[in-house]
Amino acid sequence: MTLINVLIAGLVLGGTYALVAMGLTLQYGIARIMNLAYGETIIAAAFAAYLLQGALGVNPLLGMLLVLPGGFVFGYIVYGLMMRPLVARSQDRGNLEIDSILATFGLLFVIQGVMLVIFGSNYMSYSFLNVPVTILGANVAANRLLAFVLALTIGLTLYLLLTRTRWGTALRAVAVAPQNAPLVGIDVNRTARFAFALGGALAAAGGVVISMYQTFTATSGVVFTMKALIVVIMGGVGNLLGALSAGLILGLVETGVASYIDPGLTLAATYAIFLAILLWRPQGLFGGAGR
Amino acid sequence: MTARTAIGLVAALAALAILAAAPFFLGAYGVGLLIGLSGYVTLASAWALFSGPTRYVSLATVAFFGIGAYTMAVLSETLPYPLVLAVAALIGLAVALVVGLSTLRLAGVYFVIFTFGLAELVRQLVTWYEVNVTGTLGRYIFMSFGPETIYWQLLALAALTLGLSWWIGRSRLGLALRIIGDDEVVASHCGINIARVKLALFALSAVIMTLVGAIQAPRWTYIEPGIVFNPTVSFLTLIMALLGGANRLWGPVLGAVPLFLLFEWLSANFPNHYSIILGLLFIAIVFVLPKGVLDFVEKAWGRGSSRARNKPDEAGLGELEAGR
Amino acid sequence: MTIFGGRVRLSALGLIAGALTLGAAAHAGAQDRDSVKIGYAVSKTGANAGGAAITTIPNYQLWLDDVKKNGGLELPDGSKLPVEVIEYDDRSSAEEVVRAVERLATQDEVDFILPPWGTGFNLAVAPLFDRYGYPQLAVSSVTDKAPEFVKRWKRSFWFLGGGADYTDALADVLKTEIEAGTINDKVAMVSVADGFGIDLVTAARESFADAGIEVVYDKTYPVGTTDYSPMINEASSSGADTFVAFSYPPDTFALTQQAQIADYNPKVLYLGVGTGFPVYGKNNGENAEGIMSLGGIDPNNEQNQVYRKRHEDLTGQGPDYWGSVITYASLQMLQEAIKRVGLDREGVAEELASGTFETVLGETKLEDNQLRKLWWVGQWQNGVFAGLAPADRPGASKPVLPRKPWQKQ
Repeated sequence: MTLINVLIAGLVLGGTYALVAMGLTLQYGIARIMNLAYGETIIAAAFAAYLLQGALGVNPLLGMLLVLPGGFVFGYIVYGLMMRPLVARSQDRGNLEIDSILATFGLLFVIQGVMLVIFGSNYMSYSFLNVPVTILGANVAANRLLAFVLALTIGLTLYLLLTRTRWGTALRAVAVAPQNAPLVGIDVNRTARFAFALGGALAAAGGVVISMYQTFTATSGVVFTMKALIVVIMGGVGNLLGALSAGLILGLVETGVASYIDPGLTLAATYAIFLAILLWRPQGLFGGAGR
Repeated sequence: MTARTAIGLVAALAALAILAAAPFFLGAYGVGLLIGLSGYVTLASAWALFSGPTRYVSLATVAFFGIGAYTMAVLSETLPYPLVLAVAALIGLAVALVVGLSTLRLAGVYFVIFTFGLAELVRQLVTWYEVNVTGTLGRYIFMSFGPETIYWQLLALAALTLGLSWWIGRSRLGLALRIIGDDEVVASHCGINIARVKLALFALSAVIMTLVGAIQAPRWTYIEPGIVFNPTVSFLTLIMALLGGANRLWGPVLGAVPLFLLFEWLSANFPNHYSIILGLLFIAIVFVLPKGVLDFVEKAWGRGSSRARNKPDEAGLGELEAGR
Repeated sequence: MTIFGGRVRLSALGLIAGALTLGAAAHAGAQDRDSVKIGYAVSKTGANAGGAAITTIPNYQLWLDDVKKNGGLELPDGSKLPVEVIEYDDRSSAEEVVRAVERLATQDEVDFILPPWGTGFNLAVAPLFDRYGYPQLAVSSVTDKAPEFVKRWKRSFWFLGGGADYTDALADVLKTEIEAGTINDKVAMVSVADGFGIDLVTAARESFADAGIEVVYDKTYPVGTTDYSPMINEASSSGADTFVAFSYPPDTFALTQQAQIADYNPKVLYLGVGTGFPVYGKNNGENAEGIMSLGGIDPNNEQNQVYRKRHEDLTGQGPDYWGSVITYASLQMLQEAIKRVGLDREGVAEELASGTFETVLGETKLEDNQLRKLWWVGQWQNGVFAGLAPADRPGASKPVLPRKPWQKQ
């Protein structure tokens, strides 16, 4: 496998990781909710895409127009019903972290249980856009390339919105100093709720794209949560570009290890590099929040 | 020793005796339940031993639990049983020291994720080693003793853990830990060697978890990484300890026992809706019992006990400062 | 250290306690009862749920439905007793499955226990089935150690063969093709780093060496790998005509997709668990043709076709082409054995070991407590996953090789 092949395959794989991680970095970095049910949102969206495609014959890309707002609304409701009271009663960030871990752990089971009742625990898989696209001599699956492009587009768009608009400044202010934000007229609750819902929409986008090429079951959400968490931490909590870069780096590492060392060590390498980064730069590769 | 602690000690010993005799009155299923219960009580108490006072939320439980179980699987044929336990404890200790030395400066969610990553890393490395070096993945444990023996060992370990936890809570070490948990700056001003205290507790809690894994492993006959490094163990331990209240001696016990029985009841009576009910209960617990069962019970039973609980802290702090 | 010191004395007490429970577990007579209790613990949630949901649970449902429609389980005197079912979710945890089986045996005092899903879990509960005297019809476990286990646990029955059975048969098929000049003698091989993958790949190395087949690429990947492009690319440039993957369903699906993307067309494509799933044939259509794997059926066995139809009608999904029909057949054997000797577990176990049964597989008889008449290699042919080896077994199909290159969809 030539170097260029490895690089392209790695970047495309990393695109999936980045796409999945950006929603979580918004939820954790800005809304300050450690959402353990994040992966379940992804799987729910994957099921929705699967259903739309299988039962109604809706192209998953069109389906995304439906699933994406669905993810937003779901995030909006979850924040309002479950997270808002927790935020209100917590005095410090540590308390909120523990509360949100516990509450979303419960939510994880509820969503998973509902999916199990509806769909059973079977493997789900369909194939869409599984056609080769040739880039610089390397064959890449169109559906995976789509994840990569989507990750780049969403990442850069949101980054521009966050840094160049008034609304984005408010989001960042809430991320950095939720106590002080009200002083300058920012409605912290509304802003955090919006960020959380946006994270839900991104999770839904990730779920739809992943369902095109990855086999999933009702219980496989936690795998995505953990991968996303690793990317988020590596990139720096709340840092969109950090999540994007960290996702791509992770993809490159995995493909590189699989090609040059041993496919058996890809996951070990993932965790090893992640642990190394944590020790070397606990604030993540790209530092602080809200950038 | 005050009269109160003496009474408490007698009551605890009586409870221990009753529990130890329980297998003679219960069937195999009862013993199975007790094994699961004592296993999780020990894990949750060991978890709280370190995480309660320091507020470090660890998901590495299963890393140590799995190391213990794996050591048992690898060595059970070649070494006498007590020696295998000792080796397991030593390996757990060594891993804990290495990990502790490198990570205890991490805080908050970084530590949470790090410990989770550690558990996965250990699992991947064990798998890789087995596949590439030994060429087999599954291992068999055939032991001559029955479940009752496993239970008694776990019960003894649980008692030992609670005893240690009680002793530490009253020693200068426990006091130091509480100060660290409240404020590390204050702690270092008091002259506490933060790193050493944390490391000692982390290692102690890790060794206990390793032993739980080693003792429980013979129950499953067949061991592979997917079975012993099951991340659910870490999550359940954490939830049980937090539910009961990780800062209290009896908190983890009061979290582990009802939760464990609840899981059992749910999976028997609602095998198809288990997850939904469990999840809803969880959410309810967070909203209704935010500070753990023990705190809730104490509040409901009046303020007398909570005043008594605050006293040793203040007294202890003075003592420590006087000592410096 | 008190824990260790007290252990010896305590274990003596434990022996007495164990003997007491054994005595209590002695079974009651078949008379004076109005139902037969059948229990099982299976993974409804967690990592094993996907496998259990295709091979095990639907067949339990189908069989229990059969029994119900039949008016209950028939006993030797011709009377019928309805079945009372007790099911637990083991949540894919070894400790849970052990406790659930203890509960079924000693608390619920069921008459028969159906086995859990998976090699590891069947081994975890085997000592308990043995101790409480239940016959264990372990279907979803592939193990070369079955003869040893049968010696250790007299009432255990193993239905799916061992790794070497599958890889020897595969090596035979390949050798024939090599001698015919269809393919070269090189194989590229990947395997999942889990019990199943490692058992098979270890056996395969030996089988291929014995057959004079050269393994030019041999790598193992961890469970949960999502990107297979490096492995496919390496295999593609290895010069082997044969690609073998001992994979799990998600890997099998992803490997198929990646091979299409990379336009990798080995003349023999052999993939692991999941190839025999109906959804695999459905998703890949024409492209599934010629792909090989473990298992298979005799496409002309009418009973099997009836079974497949009923399975789909009742559960809404087709059975897989490997373990499903075996699971169902094992239950038919249990039912028939009860009809012949009644509810006495000892007698049922003896009957299972020595009797000959008419099942959906045709005439079925266990040898040394193992089912040995199995399809070791199968291939998708005309929309059916047909059994190829053993080639001398009646109903065997002929291999169609080399497989055609991928069609553009």
